[in-house]
Amino acid sequence: MSAPFLMLENVSKAFPGVQALDSVSMEIHKGEIHCLVGENGAGKSTLIKLLTGVHGWDSGTIMFNGQPLSDITPQKALHELGIVPIYQELNLIPKLDVAENIFLGREILANERFRFINRKEMIARTKEILARLGQDISPTALVGTLGIGKQQMVEIAKALAVEANLLILDEPTAPLGQEEADELFSVMRQLKSEGVTIIFISHKLEEIKEIGDRLTVLRDGKKIITTDVDSLSIDEIITYMVGRQIDDKYPKVKSKRGELALEVRNLSTPELLQDISFKAYRGEVLGIAGLVGAGRTELARAIIGADPLLQGEILINGRKVEIRSPKDAVRHGLVLLTEDRKSQGLVLNNTVLFNATLANLQKYLSGVLLDLSAQKEDAVRVVKDLSIKTPSLNTLVAQLSGGNQQKVVIGKWLNTKADIFIFDEPTRGIDVGAKTEVYNIINNLVKNGAAVIMISSELPEILGMSDRIIVLSEGRLTGEFAREEATQEKIMAAATGGIHYAS
Amino acid sequence: MQAKPMQQEARGVDWKDFLLNRMGALLGLIIIMIGLSLATPRFFTVGNLMNVAQQSAINALVASGMLLAILTAGIDLSVGSILALSICVSGILIVKLGWPSLIGLLVGLGVAAGAGTVNGLLLTKLRLPHPFISTLGMQNVARGLALIITQASPISGFPKWVQFFGAGYLGRIPFSFILVVITVVTFHIFLTRTTLGRHIYAVGGNIEAARLSGIDVDKVRLWVYTISGFMAGVAGLTLMGRVNAAYPLAGLMYETDAIAAVIIGGGSFMGGVGTIWGTLLGAIIIAVIRNGLNLLGVSPDTQTIIIGLVIIGSVYIDVLRRRRSPAAKA
Repeated sequence: MSAPFLMLENVSKAFPGVQALDSVSMEIHKGEIHCLVGENGAGKSTLIKLLTGVHGWDSGTIMFNGQPLSDITPQKALHELGIVPIYQELNLIPKLDVAENIFLGREILANERFRFINRKEMIARTKEILARLGQDISPTALVGTLGIGKQQMVEIAKALAVEANLLILDEPTAPLGQEEADELFSVMRQLKSEGVTIIFISHKLEEIKEIGDRLTVLRDGKKIITTDVDSLSIDEIITYMVGRQIDDKYPKVKSKRGELALEVRNLSTPELLQDISFKAYRGEVLGIAGLVGAGRTELARAIIGADPLLQGEILINGRKVEIRSPKDAVRHGLVLLTEDRKSQGLVLNNTVLFNATLANLQKYLSGVLLDLSAQKEDAVRVVKDLSIKTPSLNTLVAQLSGGNQQKVVIGKWLNTKADIFIFDEPTRGIDVGAKTEVYNIINNLVKNGAAVIMISSELPEILGMSDRIIVLSEGRLTGEFAREEATQEKIMAAATGGIHYAS
Repeated sequence: MQAKPMQQEARGVDWKDFLLNRMGALLGLIIIMIGLSLATPRFFTVGNLMNVAQQSAINALVASGMLLAILTAGIDLSVGSILALSICVSGILIVKLGWPSLIGLLVGLGVAAGAGTVNGLLLTKLRLPHPFISTLGMQNVARGLALIITQASPISGFPKWVQFFGAGYLGRIPFSFILVVITVVTFHIFLTRTTLGRHIYAVGGNIEAARLSGIDVDKVRLWVYTISGFMAGVAGLTLMGRVNAAYPLAGLMYETDAIAAVIIGGGSFMGGVGTIWGTLLGAIIIAVIRNGLNLLGVSPDTQTIIIGLVIIGSVYIDVLRRRRSPAAKA
């Protein structure tokens, strides 16, 4: 038996504040389709980034074809090792044709000196590669005119043109319809029969059962198991994926459920969401769970009018309302605290005072001018109430820590009449202490009669803080659970595609 | 209780930032003025300084509007042409058609503000990708209209009181500079004490955060370009008064001086950063350099080169500042 094609030994990688990979050891055999599964943040993407030279690793060794890898750069991974990643965001130039894309940067030349391109040869070689994939795509078609499935095939053809040894497909089926996915699978089988090794990442466990030879489950940066796909049922895979410890770091305080605050009826968007209906009550935290790309953030943005609806109704306090822009939502007391605070929540190059009072400047108007002392008073109160650690009110928010930035965003909305809060990943990127403070703020909000909707990728956080949980998968609502009946397994099963209505 | 220690600390923390961002332009101005005073005795005299004040006035007025555009991470390339169109309309109404001067001037200002509004509508309603495009278009359209309505020839012979805007003095102080001071004080209050003023900073600092905060960002930008157009009209009034003429090629290239004034004064092309005081300083610095080069007998050809280098240098200052600012690093 020869050495494994790819072998990781005790590979670790840390980013500030998170151990992304924790002493992972695994083997990938030549010519197999090896599936990587795990929750959001389990370490799949990090692993791919190490193999493709995007990041270095902290400790451990990676052996590729019997050789230890070191100092790999994306160029070296691609051109010397033949490790080719294909991401969901395709790397193609829409205004160039198929042949030009396949040979981009490695054009076949007719004349070395003047660097004229040998188009004839490029087109002939493109035809060859496409034929090998069983694809009937014209080499001279502009890539932008092809459907997403065909574009993916062009990307794979591009990989074959550099003689890929290891093809990494990161959620390739997410944007595809069933037919396109089936075609992709048949191409994958073809490549496998030619001896190409494939790493396949997908949230859809049915697909893994269909196409995979072996699989590795990652959780919190650790390898949980590597085994034959056939030896596990989908339920067993889910059990390996979740199984995270829920400690009592969630200071959940149960409040009394009040009136209906927000009702969403049959909401659909042009891109992703289909027929979503749910209710959120005062005095209650409604958790929204789902995997990356399930449409949770899109749902939040659609509700507050940041993105257009295809159809659907929104009712606030039982009355139908017209929300065309975030301004309308704010007027109805409905606000979104975005996941990406820096690009969507804060004016970074301005002060704490400015940001904390930004959403409600009208409040300080006396005549046409702002009452600066009243504004400052409020900002001082926000800083004190939320214990925001800042040198002064005039400090730029860019200089604050992530946790304190998050508190400034929360403060901005506490300073308004908002009473329906949508938190999108409220504790992402902030330290443990600040997380607890954010949970306490959420507890206080619901205690005082607000409705809180919390989107989170952290299952323990969803389970720890929510009174009720809804689950999205691929733009659809696939589950709803009361706090008492919800488990990580049930949520993950709904998030990976199965419909689980409990009530 | 809590406010006191917070402020004390702020002084220590922001000192460097204060020097580089707020005082940089003032220090530059002082250094240039000392240098010119040493180089020629004709520079530091009351008469010459009043000259400089008058020469900086038009640019300061145009730059005030430009500041708003740049604060929203935009730009207004049409200010020079709007200025020309505005005074040509006034000129025709007052001189050729014999309208009352006040009405003629108000209509001219209205045309300037209206052209600015159109800039804003092109940006917010047609969703043109960047104000560079809408205002570049307006730059050509307004200039063409000015040429057509005047049949490409100047109009002169305004009443005395109209000339006062550009050529009049109160004591030894040029009236045009008093107009600038009034503008600067008004803009300062507008930018720091009104909701629209604060929203301008929010839109420029982070348009998505502003939108999600419930700010009507389109309305804010519409106002910005309207005010920018209006200020070009006010500047035109000053120019028309000074030369006692309205001519269709007035205000050529004024946008570059105005942009330079805003940037020298600490404004950032990234948006959300800049003050009216800084912009005033920027306009004065440019006027001082021009005036000094004239006194030193530097030929107009060479002056053009130096002004070009100043514009490049001022943008480089912006780059350096951004590199040092924590917002860019975060």
